[in-house]
Amino acid sequence: MSVAIHIEHVVKRYDQTTIIPDLSADIQNGEFFTLLGPSGCGKTTLLRMIAGFNSIEGGQIKFDALVINDIPTHKRNIGMVFQNYAIFPHLTVRENVEYGLKLRRLDKAAMRQKVDDILRVVKIEEYQDRLPERLSGGQQQRVALARAIVIHPSVLLMDEPLSNLDAKLRVEMRGAIREVQNQVGITTVYVTHDQEEALAISDRIAVMQAGVIHQIGKPHAIYTRPYNGFVSTFIGHSNLFRGRIKIAGSEKYVVFQDGYQVEMDNLGPVADGQEVVVAVRPEEFSVQETGLSCRIHSRVFLGKYVNYTLTFAPDMLVPNQPAIEFSQDLGHAEKIFELGDSVTLRPNKAKINVFTADQSANLIKDVKQYA
Amino acid sequence: MRKRLLNWDFWTLVTVLAAAVFGLFLIYPLFSLFASSFQDPATGSFTMKNFIRFVERKYYYQSLINSMWVTTCVTLLSIIIGTALAYFMTAFKVKAKGSVEILVIISMLSPPFIGAYSWVLLGGRSGVLTRFLSDLFQTEWPSIYGFSGILLVLTLKLYPFIYLYVAGALKKIDASLIEAAESLGCSGLKKVATVIMPLIMPTVFAGGLMVFMNALADFGTPMLIGEGFNVMPVMIYSEFINEVGGQANFAAAMAAMMVMITSAIFLLQKYAVNKKSFTMSSLRPLQAKQLTGWKNIVMHAGIYLLVLVSVIPQLTVTYTSFLKTSGQIFVPGFSLNSYITVFDNLALAITNTYAYSFIAILAIVLLGMLVAYITTRRRNWLTNIIDTLTMFPYIIPGSVLGITLLLAFNDEPLILSGTATIIIVSLVIRRLPYTLRSSSAILYQISPSVEEASISLGASPLKTFFKITAVMMIPGVLSGAILSWITCINELSSSVILYTGGTRTMAVAIYTEVIRASYGTAAALSTILTLTTVLALLLFFKVSGSKDISL
Ligand SMILES: Nc1ncnc2c1ncn2[C@@H]1O[C@H](COP(=O)(O)OP(=O)(O)O)[C@@H](O)[C@H]1O
Ligand SMILES: [Mg+2]
Repeated sequence: MSVAIHIEHVVKRYDQTTIIPDLSADIQNGEFFTLLGPSGCGKTTLLRMIAGFNSIEGGQIKFDALVINDIPTHKRNIGMVFQNYAIFPHLTVRENVEYGLKLRRLDKAAMRQKVDDILRVVKIEEYQDRLPERLSGGQQQRVALARAIVIHPSVLLMDEPLSNLDAKLRVEMRGAIREVQNQVGITTVYVTHDQEEALAISDRIAVMQAGVIHQIGKPHAIYTRPYNGFVSTFIGHSNLFRGRIKIAGSEKYVVFQDGYQVEMDNLGPVADGQEVVVAVRPEEFSVQETGLSCRIHSRVFLGKYVNYTLTFAPDMLVPNQPAIEFSQDLGHAEKIFELGDSVTLRPNKAKINVFTADQSANLIKDVKQYA
Repeated sequence: MRKRLLNWDFWTLVTVLAAAVFGLFLIYPLFSLFASSFQDPATGSFTMKNFIRFVERKYYYQSLINSMWVTTCVTLLSIIIGTALAYFMTAFKVKAKGSVEILVIISMLSPPFIGAYSWVLLGGRSGVLTRFLSDLFQTEWPSIYGFSGILLVLTLKLYPFIYLYVAGALKKIDASLIEAAESLGCSGLKKVATVIMPLIMPTVFAGGLMVFMNALADFGTPMLIGEGFNVMPVMIYSEFINEVGGQANFAAAMAAMMVMITSAIFLLQKYAVNKKSFTMSSLRPLQAKQLTGWKNIVMHAGIYLLVLVSVIPQLTVTYTSFLKTSGQIFVPGFSLNSYITVFDNLALAITNTYAYSFIAILAIVLLGMLVAYITTRRRNWLTNIIDTLTMFPYIIPGSVLGITLLLAFNDEPLILSGTATIIIVSLVIRRLPYTLRSSSAILYQISPSVEEASISLGASPLKTFFKITAVMMIPGVLSGAILSWITCINELSSSVILYTGGTRTMAVAIYTEVIRASYGTAAALSTILTLTTVLALLLFFKVSGSKDISL
């Protein structure tokens, strides 16, 4: 039933402006695949090309081996969940869910069975005879999900389905969506600009910017081994330092501008003296005798953590960063710092990432762009 | 290549069909009109003679001046009365507000010439009021004929448009805007002048345009009470009737000039409004305040007096219809004579009216929904043109449309003159805009993703339209269709040019009966017409559950 989706060199243009220049991705059968990127990067555009609401100006999209470029939406057998739910206001909850099944001419008994099942799965049985306008946002979301899944589509497409819900409901529905997707095992393409949501829900994530996919990978891989500078700063926070490679015999080092050096045993091919950018996440610092010296600029208490922003000598850093952050785990902290304190922080060499000077690739061994 | 073929879907077909309908029944006739206006009646060659004749003789061009003058006065007066009424009804508590509103709508929906005719009954040379007042004061009561009569009748008939428009706009002003003004130290009249007036200005302009076009195009009123005060529609009509047999070139030239003038005014208004347009929606509308003391009394007296004067024509007509008649003359006492005569002699006019209007409204609803869909959801150059074309009937006076249709379909290959078809066509073209506008308005409120949801579930676009979109559109379509229906059954100015003995409608019959001085039968017909109008309106309120009709 469910299919793999192959996106091969697709192009999207509106009149003269090219939104997607050349994009490829392979989505496996049954996986939960997320398109993540800043607003306006073309996620919705790509999703609607898969759905058939947008034309494809170049390349092709295949469901398994079948090219779908010229198949109209209503014959693609997709399920779609919309940002504003798009529930039919003149039909009851049950009639909404039945709508797609009726078009498929299922017999009455089979239809009732299927609808009952799915209403139970998404937990809206008790509202089935209500008109949708009297449902809460979360309930409407469940109706939309049930309506899309009950037809056993080949792929399930969701465009920011949780963005209209409040924070608590968002977390709850996120769990519900993942659970339902697991139960029915359907290939799902999910669009969001919320990185936390993407990390929590996905099998794999494609990080997009300006119509280009920067990296595809599992959430853990994307967070710990971002392929380039954009991914490392868009997903979570990264502090970017200017550095240089030093090779001494069989040892390789990364040297910061103040001369502090870290021995790296996981670098790929590099040259002695090569300029690099070192990315250190706020939680990858620890307070030590030796390391990078800086001052505490501000402090925010967050419960489990204390988040500090830091001041470094300007030439240490890649310019134009919003903030340099250090997050101190309160479970192990010996002392909380005051504003203006001097501290020495050591980056964890097993965790930090090293990019080329233009930040376009990761120099750590075996980091893949598309995995 | 494959793509080309796929694009030829149902909506392309609708687009082409709509373009054909408007092309055949609007563009081609207008073209015929302009062609005819430049033709020499004798030789058929190109000439400017018709236009020259118009500007040379005072008899003709005076009617244009008269038209513009009386129309401008009617528009200004309607704006003042309608806006004031809307403001008081919204800002203050008015007793029996619901009834006032319904009476105002009813006075708007009867054909204006019924108003004209009943003011003749009241204030004409031998009118009830005239005799009563001259007996009382021994002086001449100002004449109901001519300029002042037209001004009175048309203003009373048209201020309700402004009222409905402006009341709608006032409902959309959020109370927080007024509170913001008050918090900044603004109050009373200053508040009205600096906040409320600017907010409703675009609406006043839009309503004013509608009133202007209606007043300029009105044929029945000046025909009945204009007397020496000639206006363009009457001039066009009588020249057209006199020119029978010929090509009606001179009438066509005058009609063409009217189209040019109304187009120019329309474009000007559009330009003025577009420059400062904004949308409002209020979560918390203004609360009506309770006035006290003499202010409250004066306000109520003013409103009730206005409504009374507005419905007097209806009451007079109804009363007259039950008077005893002998032949055409009224004799003392009451009877159903007039109704009996109507059903004996004029039954055909009644069945015609409902049959034509019924067919027309079916076409209007279907066409309105489909065309609204292509112009809002399938935007391309052709649908943009269609969108503009659909505005045309707003600005083409009914009698002009009637003449254009006659000129276009008088000859091979398509002879429609004298048929019911041509009357139905004119009804559809003229009254489509109401349904079309309200259909587009509701389509803008329906999120396209609802349709996409249906398509994604496997329904074809066509099936989606009928199962989802059309169903969701119904409330909006209905609110426009009710106006289309009411204006269809009351239509006079185009029908009076297109009818023949067998295709007479009630409005036409009323008009001819009044001309023949058969006031009893005219009153009976008017009463029937008003009754069905009111019934349609009440039915609509019941079905839609609201008291809003969209303009
Ligand atoms: N119909 C359209 N015509 C022209 N440009 C469009 C259209 N739809 C989207 N765009 C442009 O395409 C880009 C990507 O939009 P979209 O896919 O909606 O972004 P996202 O969903 O990632 O926020 C935006 O710059 C947007 O302005
Ligand atoms: Mg989007």
